[in-house]
Amino acid sequence: MNLNEEQIERYSRHIILQGVGGDGQEKLLNGKVLIIGAGGLGAPVALYLAAAGVGHIGIIDADVVDISNLQRQVIHFTPDIGRPKVESAKEKMNQINPDVNVTTYYDLFTKDNALDILKGYDFVVDGTDSFPSKFLINDACVIAGKPFSHGGILRFDGQTMTHVPGTASYRCVFKEPPPANAVPTCSQAGVFGAVAGMLGTIQAAEAIRYLTGVGELLTNRVLIFDALNMKFRTVKVKPSELGLTDFRESYDQPVCDLRSRA
Amino acid sequence: MKLQINGEHEVIDQEQLTVSDLLVLKAVKMPEMVSVELNGDILDRDQFSTTQLNNEDEVEFLYFMGGGIGAA
Repeated sequence: MNLNEEQIERYSRHIILQGVGGDGQEKLLNGKVLIIGAGGLGAPVALYLAAAGVGHIGIIDADVVDISNLQRQVIHFTPDIGRPKVESAKEKMNQINPDVNVTTYYDLFTKDNALDILKGYDFVVDGTDSFPSKFLINDACVIAGKPFSHGGILRFDGQTMTHVPGTASYRCVFKEPPPANAVPTCSQAGVFGAVAGMLGTIQAAEAIRYLTGVGELLTNRVLIFDALNMKFRTVKVKPSELGLTDFRESYDQPVCDLRSRA
Repeated sequence: MKLQINGEHEVIDQEQLTVSDLLVLKAVKMPEMVSVELNGDILDRDQFSTTQLNNEDEVEFLYFMGGGIGAA
């Protein structure tokens, strides 16, 4: 074990945990995870991955912190309003754990920069809020052969699945983005703040389990929960032959992104 | 016919039923926002109105869900 004394103390609860141990902790310290979106899902993911000692964490987001984010985006605090989310997130991650090397991208994740950015990472977490972004992340990860965690939340509901090459991807379940006119406005939908934490921590657990190799990943299954009645279930899904070797549609900006991305 | 819908057993008082009919019956407001899995296979959207359901079929409705700001 190459951990120093302080690390042995800091990570002691992982080190004594059967299935993780000192070897698993070293794998985390050598791991590289990209978090796309520093919002409701990205916030808990970033906090838990930093706390767990994932050695290199990249985080990309083009937004600044807004007061309406603070109801659920727990990595951002009131004095952070107006700051780039990636900057605010990096500061907290470094305070939790100075072992962690954080790379920030104050930018949109687009089909032009996607493959370049993905190159340096072992695992990707989708914490975005729009369907074009979700399809772009799916396609980029499939093309690049990168494992990733899909996450989506709406009102009181959450859904997540993990893709590793050869297993079902997001596009195997949701073939094409929904038509833009089917999407009601953001203000009509709303989201229960704690749902973001519930889903984000599941995504963080998937990233940690992928890096350490412990347990059975959420592959070929979609986990769905309803936090209004607190019911969880998983639905089995099959991989389909996508033949995806290049990006497909234009990944236009969706209705809900117009305000923040304009 | 007897169906298993989202993991729950249900008896539908109809002998002929397409996937589209079931979406109406279950009051799914926006069929564009749901992906349907029938006996383990995801259907294409244009198959909803032509696919007949059979006794003991297992149907799953998987909804599009956005992200932090509730983009759906």
